[in-house]
Parts: sequence; C-alpha cells; structure tokens
Amino acid sequence: MSDLNLRELHNTEFPIPDELQSNLAITSLSKVYNWSRRSSMWPLLFGLACCAIEMIGTAASRFDFSRFGMEVMRGSPRQSDLMIVSGTVTKKMIVPIVRLYNQMPEPKYVLAMGACASGGGPFKEGYNVVSGVDKYLPVDVYVPGCPPTPQALIHGLIALQKKIDGQSLANMDDVPWYGVGPSEPTPIPILGPDVIDPRQMDIIRRQAELAALGKPYGVRELPAPQMKAVVAAKGAAPAAAAADGGEVDAAKAERLRKREEALARKHAAKGE
Amino acid sequence: MTMYGQGILRGLTITLRHLVRTYFNDMRYMGKKYFNQSEFELRQGMKTEGIYTVQYPEEKIAVPERFRFTPFLVVEDADHPERPGEDWCTSCGICAKVCPPQCIWIVRGEDPVTKRPIPEPQAFYIDIDICMNCGYCAEFCPFDAIKMDHDYEMASYDRTTAHIHDKEKLSKPFSYWLNIAPTTANEEAEARGSWEHSDTVKSKKKAGVPSVAYTPTTDPSQVMQMIRATMPEPAPAAEAAPTAERSAAAVAQAGPSAEDALKAERLRKRQEALARKLSKEAGSQ
Amino acid sequence: MVIAAPQTVDVDVNAVIDKLKEKFPEAVKNDTRQGYKGVIVDKSKLVEVATSIRDEFGFDYLSSATGVDYLGIADEMEMVYHAYRTTGGPALVFKAQTPRDNPEIPSLIDVWPGVDFQEREVWDLYGIRFPGHPNLQRILLWEGFNGHPMRKDWKEAYFEEDHKPFESRWPAGHVHRIEEKNAYGHNVMYPADLDLSRLTDTSEESLYNSLGLGVDVQDLTGEGGIKTDRLVVNLGPHHPSTHGVFRMVVTLDGETIETLDPVMGYLHRNHEKIGERNSFLQNMPFTDRLDYISSMSNNLGYALAVEQLLALGARYQPPTYRAEVIRVLMAELTRIVNHLWSLGFLLNDLGAFFTPMLYANNEREKILDFFEATAGSRLMCNYMRFGGVFKDIPERIHSVVNMVNDKVRDYNTMDYLTEMINERLPRFMDEYERLLVNNEILKTRTVGVGVLPADRAIAYSTCGPLLRGSGVAYDIRRSDPYSIYPELDFDIPVGQNGDIYDRFMVRVYEIRESLRILKQILPRLERTKGEEVVSKFNYLGRVPIGESYGRVENPKGELGYYVVSAGDEKGPQNPWRYHIRAPSFINLTALGPMSKGYKVADVVTILGSIDIVLGETDR
Ligand code: SF4
Ligand code: SF4
Ligand code: SF4
Repeated sequence: MSDLNLRELHNTEFPIPDELQSNLAITSLSKVYNWSRRSSMWPLLFGLACCAIEMIGTAASRFDFSRFGMEVMRGSPRQSDLMIVSGTVTKKMIVPIVRLYNQMPEPKYVLAMGACASGGGPFKEGYNVVSGVDKYLPVDVYVPGCPPTPQALIHGLIALQKKIDGQSLANMDDVPWYGVGPSEPTPIPILGPDVIDPRQMDIIRRQAELAALGKPYGVRELPAPQMKAVVAAKGAAPAAAAADGGEVDAAKAERLRKREEALARKHAAKGE
Repeated sequence: MTMYGQGILRGLTITLRHLVRTYFNDMRYMGKKYFNQSEFELRQGMKTEGIYTVQYPEEKIAVPERFRFTPFLVVEDADHPERPGEDWCTSCGICAKVCPPQCIWIVRGEDPVTKRPIPEPQAFYIDIDICMNCGYCAEFCPFDAIKMDHDYEMASYDRTTAHIHDKEKLSKPFSYWLNIAPTTANEEAEARGSWEHSDTVKSKKKAGVPSVAYTPTTDPSQVMQMIRATMPEPAPAAEAAPTAERSAAAVAQAGPSAEDALKAERLRKRQEALARKLSKEAGSQ
Repeated sequence: MVIAAPQTVDVDVNAVIDKLKEKFPEAVKNDTRQGYKGVIVDKSKLVEVATSIRDEFGFDYLSSATGVDYLGIADEMEMVYHAYRTTGGPALVFKAQTPRDNPEIPSLIDVWPGVDFQEREVWDLYGIRFPGHPNLQRILLWEGFNGHPMRKDWKEAYFEEDHKPFESRWPAGHVHRIEEKNAYGHNVMYPADLDLSRLTDTSEESLYNSLGLGVDVQDLTGEGGIKTDRLVVNLGPHHPSTHGVFRMVVTLDGETIETLDPVMGYLHRNHEKIGERNSFLQNMPFTDRLDYISSMSNNLGYALAVEQLLALGARYQPPTYRAEVIRVLMAELTRIVNHLWSLGFLLNDLGAFFTPMLYANNEREKILDFFEATAGSRLMCNYMRFGGVFKDIPERIHSVVNMVNDKVRDYNTMDYLTEMINERLPRFMDEYERLLVNNEILKTRTVGVGVLPADRAIAYSTCGPLLRGSGVAYDIRRSDPYSIYPELDFDIPVGQNGDIYDRFMVRVYEIRESLRILKQILPRLERTKGEEVVSKFNYLGRVPIGESYGRVENPKGELGYYVVSAGDEKGPQNPWRYHIRAPSFINLTALGPMSKGYKVADVVTILGSIDIVLGETDR
C-alpha cells in the first residue's frame, strides 16, 4: 500500500474496495482502542544491567515517563504490557526472560533498550551473552545507545506509541490475540552444555550428526569478500581472466552440488 | 521518652514542602517556566527547587559538547571550494584498532589501477549494536576525522536494516561538527594550526601555498570564506559551475588518464550520495 | 556512631616474608619472576602457612583470591592470594601452584571463610578443585556448562583471535554480524559428543539437592507444638527487591529464614575473558560497566593497577598534580552519587516507595550533568587514562542546540561545582537527615536487624560500608593510601552494632565526609588551573612485564584489579590475567549468615543494606 497516494483518499469518489466496505466503524474503534492501549502502557519493573539505571532515571522525576501513562511499573508480569529489556541478556538469564514474557498477558510489547539488548552490545563476543533478545522474543522497538540516555529511551517509547497508533483492529496481524485459541507460548530455552533453543532442535540434531561423522559443523563459511571479487574482475591481465574463469566454473559446480544435496535432504525429510 | 510519630510527622512536613515548592515555583514564573530559555537554564541549574522535569519531546536538554553517542565521519561540506564532499578519513585504521568491542570495519581505499592504498576509505561500517559509545575512535583518530555524534534519537523498528551504519550514513559535513561542538572543533583546529585537514595543510606546504591559518570562529560559513580567500587562483568560471562539472573539467585539463577519470567518477558519486542524503535529511525535518 | 581517627600505616612486608621463610623453610619460596611480588607456598602446606599468616603475622583480612592459567608460559595454574592487615599497610601476596591437568589446591575456607565464593568462582571458570570446600559448585555459570571458560585453551563460539585488534577489521574489513558465522546464530557451541536424547534442564538440580530437600514443602513442628511448613522460596532473578538479576533461594520455617543461598551469574558477561583479549587501554570503558553506578571510581582503580605496572618501566610519566586532584574530585562525587542511590533504594526496600529515592535522584542528576559535560556520558564516563585523565574539566558546562526543541544550558563549571558542593548538597543532606534519620519506622525496621559482628565481617572479607558499619575502621584511602588522599583531611565513619541502621548511617556520614573532601578539592582545582592533565599513553602502549594489584575504596567497598602482564614476542599489549576483586560479589558471602533467623521481609532490607550491583557481582 506504500505506493498509494494518501491524498487520493480524501477524494470522495475514491473507490472503496469491497472487502473494506464494512470496516468504517472499526477504523474509529481502532483509534479509541489504540489510544487507550498506548496511554496506559505499564512497563514491567525489570532491570538487567547498566541500562536499567538509565531506565530508572527515566522513570524518576527529571524525565518522568509517567507523562506518557507509564508510571505504574509493575513487578509482576501478569500486570504489565511492556517489557523493557534494559541490558545485557545472558544465556543464564534468557530462560527467566522468556518465561516472564510468556506470563505477560496479550497485548504485549518488547522494547530492546541499548546495544546489548538489541544485538549483543560490547559484550557480544562473550561466551555467556546472547546476541540480542530478538533471537528469542519478537522485539517491537530498538533503542540504540550504550546506554541510551533517558531522552533517547523516551524517544523509543514514543516510537512504540506511534507503532500502536498505526495498528488496526481489522488487521489480524496487528491484533493476533483476538484469534482463535490461546496464543502460542515461546518455547523456553534449555540450559544444557550451552543454551539450547528448542525451536532449533532440528538444526542441532543435523549438526550433531555431521559431527559424529567427523565433518566440520557449527561454522558456516562466509561468502568471499566482495571487494576481492571486484578487483579480480577488473584485473586486466588476460591470464588472470583465464584463472578467474576456472574459478567461476568451480564455484558453479560447487553450487550445483550443494543444491543437489539440499534436494536430497529435503526428500529424506519428507520420507521420515 | 520518645514520642512516637514525631519522626513521621517531620517526614510528612518535608514531603509536603517539596510538593508545595514545586507548585510555588510554577506560580512564581506564571507558566513561563516552560517557554522561556533562561527559565529553563534556571530550572535545570543549581538554584532549582522542587521537581524539575524536562518536558521531552516538547523541550529537550541540549546535550553538552563532549557528549558522545554513536560516531560519525567528518567530510568536507558540499560547498567546499577545493574538495567538496571529500572524506577527512584517510583509512589509516587506527580507530578500528583501538575500538574496544571491535565494531568498526574499514575497507582501505585502493587505487583500482596501481593497487596502491589511497587515503580515503572505500567502505566504512560501524555496527551500533556493538558500539559502546566509548569515544576512543574520536580520541585517537590522528586526523580528527571521526567524531562522536549528539543525535540520540535513533529508535527504530528494525535493526537488521538500520543498525549497521555505512559510510553514507556515517558521513556528516564538517560544518555540522563545528556546530555541535564549537569549542572542541576550535581546539582541534588550533592544534592542527589550520582549519583544513592536516593532509591538505601538508600538501599545500609542499606546494608552497599558504593554508588557512587558525583563527577562532564558531561559524562554519566563516571557515568556508577563509578557505576561499586563500584559494591559489580563483578561476571565476569554474567557481560558478557546479562542482562535479568543475572537477570533470579539471580532469580534462590534466589529460584523460584512466586514473583521473576513475577518481572523478568516484567523486561525482560521492557528491550525489551526499546531496541525496542532505535532501533526505532536510525533508525529514 | 564513631568517627575513627585516621590510621597510620607502617608494615614491613619483607621482614614478614623473611620470618615466614624461617618458619617454613621448605614450603615458602620467594617469587622470583620478573615483576612479581610475594612468596610461593607449597600447596601441601598452604593451609598451615595461611593460618600462620593470619594468626602470627596479623594479616587477618584476605582481600582477594584468584586463579591464573599460565598455559604456554609455565604450564601451571596458580592461585594468588592478597592478604592485608585491617590496621593498614601493604599486602602480603602468596601463591600456590598446581599442574594444569588435574589441578587441585586445598581450600582456605577454614582460615578465611570469605574465600568461599572466590574459590567457587575459580572452580567454575578455571576448573581448579578445592578439597575441603563444602559446596564446590559452579557459581557464575550453570551446572552442566561445557568446560571452564577462563582457561586459556577454551574458545567461545564467537572466538576470532587471541588478541585485539582483530585482523579482519582493517584494511579489508567486510562487515558481518558475527552470528552469521555460527550456524546456530545464538552464540552457542555444543560439544561434539552432545547427547540429544537427554536434553533436560538439570542446572537447578544440584542447587535444590544441596538444600537437603526433595520436595518444596515439608511439615515441621515448631516450638510450642505449632505446625509450620518448611518452604523453599525463590526471590529473583526477577524480583523488584534484588536490585537487578540476583536470586536468593531461601528455605523458610514459617516466616523465618533457615538458609539462604545466593544464586548469581545472571549477568555474567565474561568481563575477564574479554578483558584478556583487549589491550590494556581497551579495558577502560569496560570497567565502566562493572559497578555501573560509580564508573569513575572503577576507572580509577584500573588506572592505578596499570600505572603500578607502567612504573616498572623506564618511560613513565605519573599523573600531574592536577590530574590527581581531578581524579579525587570525580571519585568523591561518584561516592556521593552511589550513596544517594543506595540510600534511596534501601528506603525503597523498606517500603518507603520511591519518595526518598526520587529526592536523592534529583541531586544525583546534578552531578551526572557535570559528568556528562566533562566526560561525555552520564553513566559510562570512561574518563581516566593511564597517567592522567581524558581531558581537563571544561571551562563551561555548556550545550549547543542541534535538535528541534533543544534548550541550552550554560554555566561556569567552577561556579556550578562550588555551588553544588558548598550549598546545594549540604542543604539537601540536612533535609534528608531530617526526613529519615530519626524516623521511627526506619529505626524499628533496621536497628538490630541483620547484625554482622566485627570479627565475622573481617573473616568474610567484607568491605566498604558493610565492614565499617560493623565497627572496623578499614578504609583504603587511609590504610593503604593512593592519589592525594594523604594530604586531605577527612574521617572514617564507623558503626558500632553492625546492623542495617549502622550501615545506613555510615553512608550518610560518608556523604558528609566526601563533601568535606570536595571542599578541600575546590581550592586545589583553582590553584592548578592550566596544568596538563591529558595522558601521554599511546593507544598501542606497551606495559612492562609483571603483576600488580591496584585497589581503591569504591563506594561499595574495596575494588581491586589484579593485572598480569606477561611477555610475548612483541611485548605485552594485553593483560595475561585481568581479574576484578568485586566488592559486591564478596560482600554477598556474608548475606546468608547475616539473614539467618530473620523474617522474609528483613532479607530484602539486609540485601539492600549491603548495596550490591550486579554488573560487578557477576562481571
Ligand atoms: S548497552 Fe551498554 S549500558 Fe546498556 S546494558 Fe549493554 S553495556 Fe550496559
Ligand atoms: S582513525 Fe580517523 S583517519 Fe584513521 S581510519 Fe579511523 S576515522 Fe579514518
Ligand atoms: S565509540 Fe568506542 S565502541 Fe563505538 S566505534 Fe568508537 S571506539 Fe568503537
């Protein structure tokens, strides 16, 4: 819809599609619904690391996010709508975090505050650090910074409110919690030899089988750096070009082989 | 014998006083507390009483000069008479080496023909999901080419597309830097002894041309004027023509070597990108 | 409340070492490695020697115990102990060595109970076993974790290179998210022989087993024949009272605490492993994130540790006088920031929900504004450098408009500081004390609760206000002075009863004493105006070979950095070992014993009175 010129909507002659004909009531209802939802967003009283200090600083009287209806920080997930993931998510902590998220009632939102929660942050290389909470939970708004200042956090919260404003009751993707049946809980990670995401059990099993066969696993080769390719292509010497051609052929063969393998795997999976 | 309740009563008086003081302050300024620049300064300063909430986003605390958020790269302004839009960064790699969480990736510029390194990065990335805003890159860059930005309003809905800053996104003109941190920019210019890039200073010295000496100013347009004033031979026709054409003309003069053509091409692309970015920014504001 | 007189310091460690060698001629040898101090004790005699060090030589306070893996240098693992006298003076360093395969060192828990968590940490991260330790379990990671990550040959999933800077960043630095390299994308690495059929979470089992309980609830018959339940309750890791992601597993008899097990590691960010990959300079901003409320003092401790090493070399310029003045200014302001914060939260834990905390925070913000203008960030200051500071304090606290609706402020820095130190903060403290100090509710909840006697406080290696609240006048600023503290005039507040109220009051008085120091700092700042403060340390600066232990009196207690710089062909750029003796971590040793017999509601307050911060506890 992005290419639609919104001004055209003001035109009284604008054709209303059939499937939207009966939705006029819902749009204004959505507005009320969104307004009330975004104006009483109760965050979970939940601090993880350094960013939590700035989050409390935001809640305190100088920056005061109660101006946005968020003053009631709840200790219990059952009473909160917004999880501000404020800090480094460790493997040991991701288990309780997922549990807390599952306990929050719908509609629920997640705001990743700071570099750590968004993508691992400065401690990303560590062995106990999850590279971003979005590996496990759906994140609505990311606030970069290390730590984001209180003003930056409020900017993020306003962004979240804007996001809610843009949602519509008519769109099932926006309000999945009105669907049939209970919503699926996020599977809780297992602390084994390392953290294990149950959703990835299949991949892990496959990798483990490869390992049992003595094949390398766990590391996927990166595509060759692009710059080198460009430079090589521009290489003027014909000899180099010939060598390139050989490489291209090899790469092609490799790709073909890989595709066949993947196909075989797929068949095997179907057969199971 | 202690009288129970005394301490509590005293406490309650104090909390009550806090409450009253805030409102009293409000009344004293008759509401202009929230609209007046000098009142803001008073409210956020040492003399304030009661609560002193910042009404973000209607009013924002302007951050101090040394404030650091994510880094950005300094490039010459688009109206720079000699090297419009060119990088200050020489891709020396010091920032990438000193960065504690190693979140800077630099592709060193390389001349496509001679394969020799050229002082300008081919690509420059910073992953702001790793960056710890420590300011080391800015502190140790020998060319004052990377600086800490003051723009903290970067919340986004998607990090995969928005959180690795590439060169286009990182580049900001020198005048921006002079605007957000006039004191620091002046100190640096003083240390360089000139308002120009230290390499320019060096090459000009070699050529025997005077570079723009350091005179304290906080006005970017004045810096531009100073640079224009010391231009060796101001050719008025070239001055008036759009910069891209001018550089193309310069290439033509120097003789059509493949090297120069490529350079001109790169320059043009960069200028276009910069212009795009500037217009985008202007549009968003 | 007693204000202790300043301590004098005069201990000849070498004489002590000589006597020690006389007494144990076989077991004790001098540590002769280049740049190392102290003695190496034969591990079979370790307990005996340690007892003698404590009882005969009076080194009653064990500051830190940590492991080092000398893979490739000596193929040995080593435990390093730093013992001090609580009356003051330098450290007696002693070490015990053990082979890398099957490492084992006798536990010192009977000599210094404070070694409890530290030995568990070494077991967790290095795999050194401590026969004699009653509860040798993992402490930062979970039971079942694969390997001991601080060993030099253990590589994590995102491992790139042993030393920063990484080759892949420049000159051909093609950006990638590092998880793209790992097929799982979650920063994980499973052992090759992972048995997928038995994937259940067993990380909690041994914890509950150690409580001696198979069930959650057990009937008990208390005094007077009343039937109560024994109950296991988890407070945390998500609990508003735990000040972060800390967890206490308590067994209750009715409302009364029977046992309390602190469970931590929920914020274990591998500070030390990353720190050993970083260059010396790169660790500085990481130290900000230890005790993230008092980053300035963290910086100072690390700077001191590395400066000790640098002083071993030839070309080292110590910080100028003005740099020292600024450092003390920052450290004391940080102390105020931290104590304001912790007082506010202690009251919060008592149920005075948020009002005292908000008042305190208002003042804290004023100091943060100054930090922001000077160092560039409110919390993560990254301000100290080896041999100086990042930059002199600015002439004006001054901001520039660069966004819509920006409002500027412009103050003269010295005026700002003077008014804050001479007027605003004392006025606030007067009011705060009126508000709280004689409040009946506060007193009823805190006097006589969470008592820690002085001898236990020393035995548990506690530090900071917790130790001083128990009546031990031990403050590193006096007992092992650094920077310009010797020339400053201040006292050390100590408590008498060792209860929560005393700790509370120690903090209140410490703010007063900090203000007293700051008042002496102001004229020094004026006097030294214009002196150079910026350090000359190059970003690739080399650090001489050796070991050092730099410690400062952080607001939360003694913060120590044990830094080893070992040789490699290019000369050391990275610390071989980078260990943080974190006050919060070690103070927690006393939490269990301190809480026994009190009610659940008191535990929250006792924890609040220790004043922990998780970034430092878990590192
Ligand atoms: S983003 Fe920075 S400030 Fe926030 S938790 Fe991570 S390290 Fe701490
Ligand atoms: S240190 Fe400065 S000049 Fe060198 S690569 Fe970095 S930004 Fe460019
Ligand atoms: S601010 Fe620090 S972490 Fe961020 S890019 Fe610069 S050096 Fe790296």
